[in-house]
Amino acid sequence: MEQLFTLTTLTGILHSTIRLATPYLFASLGETISQRSGVLNLGVEGQMLMGAFAAFFVVVTTGSLLGGVVAAIFVGALLGLLMALVSVSFRAEQGISGIGMYLLGLGLSSLLFRLTLGSVQSVRGFAELALPGLSSIPVLGPALFKHSLLVYVAFALVPLVAYLLNRTTWGLNIRAVGDNPQAADTLGVPVIAIRYATVTVGGAMAAMGGASLSISAVNIFQENMTGGIGFIAVALVYFGGWRPVGVMLGILLFSLVSALQIWLQLVGIGIPSDLAVMLPYILTIIALALAPQRTGQPAALTRPFNRGMV
Amino acid sequence: MFGQITYRQEKKKRYYAGCATVLGESKSMRLSLTSPSRGTWRLWRAIALDACMPLLAVVVALCLGALVLLGLGKDPILAYGAMFGGAFGTVSGLTQTLAKATPLILVGLGVTIAFRARVINIGAEGQIIVGALGATAFALSFAEWPGWFLLPLTALMGALAGGLWGLVPGILKARLAVNEILSTVMMNAIAFQLMNFLLRGPMLDPAQVAAGTNIPQSAALPAQVWIERVVPRTLFHWGFFLALALAIAVTILLWRTTLGYRIRAVGFNPAAARYAGIPVATVITLAMVLGGSFAGLAGAIEVMGVHRRIVEGISGGYGFNGIVVALFGRLHPLGVIPSAFLFGGLLVGADQMQRTVQVPAALITALNGLVVLMVVSSTYWSQQRIARRQSEAARPSETHAKDEQPLDARLTPDL
Repeated sequence: MEQLFTLTTLTGILHSTIRLATPYLFASLGETISQRSGVLNLGVEGQMLMGAFAAFFVVVTTGSLLGGVVAAIFVGALLGLLMALVSVSFRAEQGISGIGMYLLGLGLSSLLFRLTLGSVQSVRGFAELALPGLSSIPVLGPALFKHSLLVYVAFALVPLVAYLLNRTTWGLNIRAVGDNPQAADTLGVPVIAIRYATVTVGGAMAAMGGASLSISAVNIFQENMTGGIGFIAVALVYFGGWRPVGVMLGILLFSLVSALQIWLQLVGIGIPSDLAVMLPYILTIIALALAPQRTGQPAALTRPFNRGMV
Repeated sequence: MFGQITYRQEKKKRYYAGCATVLGESKSMRLSLTSPSRGTWRLWRAIALDACMPLLAVVVALCLGALVLLGLGKDPILAYGAMFGGAFGTVSGLTQTLAKATPLILVGLGVTIAFRARVINIGAEGQIIVGALGATAFALSFAEWPGWFLLPLTALMGALAGGLWGLVPGILKARLAVNEILSTVMMNAIAFQLMNFLLRGPMLDPAQVAAGTNIPQSAALPAQVWIERVVPRTLFHWGFFLALALAIAVTILLWRTTLGYRIRAVGFNPAAARYAGIPVATVITLAMVLGGSFAGLAGAIEVMGVHRRIVEGISGGYGFNGIVVALFGRLHPLGVIPSAFLFGGLLVGADQMQRTVQVPAALITALNGLVVLMVVSSTYWSQQRIARRQSEAARPSETHAKDEQPLDARLTPDL
């Protein structure tokens, strides 16, 4: 047992924790922004798949990684706009419109992939970027500072989103719209415009999360490659109490359990792997049930705004 | 005397409102009652418009899909021809469509019941899986029991397993206010992994182990629990008629029983329902359990009628498509039947399309997504229409306008 758990394995587990957390970070932070404005975007999974495909497609055809990122952001923003149209303007039931977006993204990404690229191929994605100096710290250095660019970007977004939400006028408006749209409207805050903006940004970030899989983490595209990441990302926003730092901690915990489970499989400890895979989901359910999460919930979450109706 | 008349008017009004609800249009009906002469015409026009809305959504989705196909250099007419021909054009296609419609009806009924209590059940996928697992495990354990006893019990076990899978998110929502969408998504993932585990270990077919092929599937069910095929050598089995009967049963449940009344009351206005003494938490849990047991039954029937054993991918996307079916059926148990027939046909046709003209079946998933987006958006247009009519109705008489205050402009199940 002792030789199983060495410093190298610790480094390995931490490294994969950080790597696994990346797509969740992008998607959950985007979802945090849109939920703070009162819109539940349950279509994250579909937007991630489309982002993953768009980025992969551009990288395969042009070889440009920057082009891939731009394509993902563009497609994600477009799908975010569609989501806003349905959920904000047409005041659709948000739990259901999200399922529509999921099916659309799932079907369209598979269809386009089959008809344009066809077979599974890999690309040269973002290379590992060891931060000079920091990466030579023993144990922690290789675990935390030897990742691809998108991983650093994802973690840099945490303080950025926290700053946006808590320290800027935009953030104040977003929170006002999410807590009391009628009052915000009375004070001249453009409720609809703000919700459009947050859902669009959320869509773009979800698509980046997808791209972080297809052109950074695994460098391939497969049909339904996200396999539920988008839905879990939404759950982790509740888990994290709608605060960017809380969301990040939740994601790290979830990823740590996932990484441990992969390690358990590798060393072949007698837990059936399929049962170990359930652990993160069971943990999330328990966390949702136990966490005192309702305190931070935007009061108008999932309530469409309709001026003249209280 | 005066009171007598108003009472009668009130009764008549309620009667018409009841009829209209069955047809999926209540608010505009209540409005049209304010002007009886023009009311009937308006009611029927409104009903016709509302019935056409989902169909229109399908047509628009097909057109958008055609544009995508054109952009990718595929002939949409050829593709759609292959699809509809494959689904409805031949006897074999039609029987396959009916076979696919069976689980879709059952899942759609479950989603409908839950939605009437304003519980959004995304967990049908997982509930189908555990239903299939429960039914298979039960039938294999008591394989020597006689069919007349074992067959209904097996189906019941499936429903029970699915109900249990719905009980967890139900209790979590009712008692701890955990968002049911998120918990059912997690339950889906857990059910999926559970199936992976069982089909690779404890429930793996011994014949597969002996042959060394290890294809993840269970042993075949004992023959006495197989559901007979209606047309021999096709997949169309008698479970379809069970699904039809259950659709009628759910209609009765929702509109003719106390439980159904409570479910709809909770869905319409939980605060008012609580004030009226309805145990809201229990009703929410029960609606989720009922939703889960219908999905679980779908899994059991699929195993007993189609595969005769549990195979990987048994849920076959029926969970999510069941949501589409329920929505398209206007969240009415009887509307679910034609809706399931249409979407079952699309699923069969999609496979046909993929085989004959090489257009991936994923197209249908994307189109289903578009249909959902359009149908949930269309509520807004109905509401706008009602609001317009309301402002018209308000002009001749102020008192009526006060009675008919607009309800919350969301997809609220009509009482």
